[in-house]
Amino acid sequence: MNKRKMKETLLGGLIRNNPTFVLVLGTCPTIAMTTTLFQAFAMGVATTFVLIFSNLFVSLLRGLIPDRVRIPCYIVIISTFVIIVQMVMQRFMPGLYSTMQAFIALIVVNCIILARAESYASCNPPLYSALDGVSMGLGFTAALCLIGVVREFLAGGSFAGMKIPGFPAMDGVGASAFGFIVFGCMMALFNFAMQKLRERRERMEASVLPLAGGAAEEVAE
Amino acid sequence: MTASIVTVMFTAVISQNIVLSQYQGICPFLGVSKKMSSAAGMGFAVIFVMALSSVFCWLVYNFVLLPLGIEFLYTMAFILVIASLVQLLEMILKRFSPTLYSALGVYLPLITTNCAILGTANSAVVYSSYNFVYTFAVSVATGVGFLLAICLLAGVRMKTERADIPACFKGFPITLVTAAIMALAFAGFAGILA
Repeated sequence: MNKRKMKETLLGGLIRNNPTFVLVLGTCPTIAMTTTLFQAFAMGVATTFVLIFSNLFVSLLRGLIPDRVRIPCYIVIISTFVIIVQMVMQRFMPGLYSTMQAFIALIVVNCIILARAESYASCNPPLYSALDGVSMGLGFTAALCLIGVVREFLAGGSFAGMKIPGFPAMDGVGASAFGFIVFGCMMALFNFAMQKLRERRERMEASVLPLAGGAAEEVAE
Repeated sequence: MTASIVTVMFTAVISQNIVLSQYQGICPFLGVSKKMSSAAGMGFAVIFVMALSSVFCWLVYNFVLLPLGIEFLYTMAFILVIASLVQLLEMILKRFSPTLYSALGVYLPLITTNCAILGTANSAVVYSSYNFVYTFAVSVATGVGFLLAICLLAGVRMKTERADIPACFKGFPITLVTAAIMALAFAGFAGILA
């Protein structure tokens, strides 16, 4: 078990390969299912569940699936787990399910899941594929929850269902366009932060390098 | 089925626009809207596939799934119908109409994972349980709504590409902000049918 590769797989989805802000995949639920924090969290968890198990099974069956019909096979695996999620939610959370029904069914065509099946799980062992599912799912859930918090605050003046005193609810037409604009601004913020980090790392490398060179010369002398 | 077919179609194109007020099909809406020509190509391909796939899904749901009592499998059945239809369409177009294939062919594989197609089939056939004619009309109108939205966005994007905007807003962020303003404009149409 390679510890370093495991850590890289596990952390990759959170920041460096974040499915929402960097890869820009699965944008429909990101905009449609983030009106409240709770809804965003539920959507993220449902997607993560499907992602982990589809990755695991695609990876387990990767030697058996013929290359030419792999996409239909992946779709069957993915939709099996989506149907499981639908049934569980319908049975135990009927209220939540009725508001999210359309987008729970659309997890089947969420591009993150098919993209990870195709580009990662189809050529990596089961354990790493499941870990990749965990990591990508966590990155997706975290991004959704961030957008959900901002939108819930802007539209309803509340946090996780609790009213914040002094901030009025803004309803009507304005709320419908918040999805696009909040997502856009958060992505810009993310880009800005990444760019600053990169510049800082480059500056540090530039200041370290001459020193390292000097030390090497000294040793040579 | 109280609403007239004209009302239902108008709703699908303008006031309940698939992209801007139902938030489905955002990936191609953002990804293929850089140039007007590719946006139009994608739009027409979506109309074509959406109409065909909704009709086939209606047939499968009402003549296979319901009689067998396995309608809970609709998600799996519909996505398989759509995937095989797209594959078939690609083969037929390649064989019989090379001009149409060169115009729409590149967009066809992408359409399988366009959630607007599955979303429209789900909502028309399962959630609203429309009859055959309504299903066809609504899916054509929804496709036209997609074409309208993606072409409008492409028109605006050709200007914002050249505009002097902050570096962190370049690309997707500014496109999302543009889409937000378009969504506000489309939401204004909702009042017409009240």
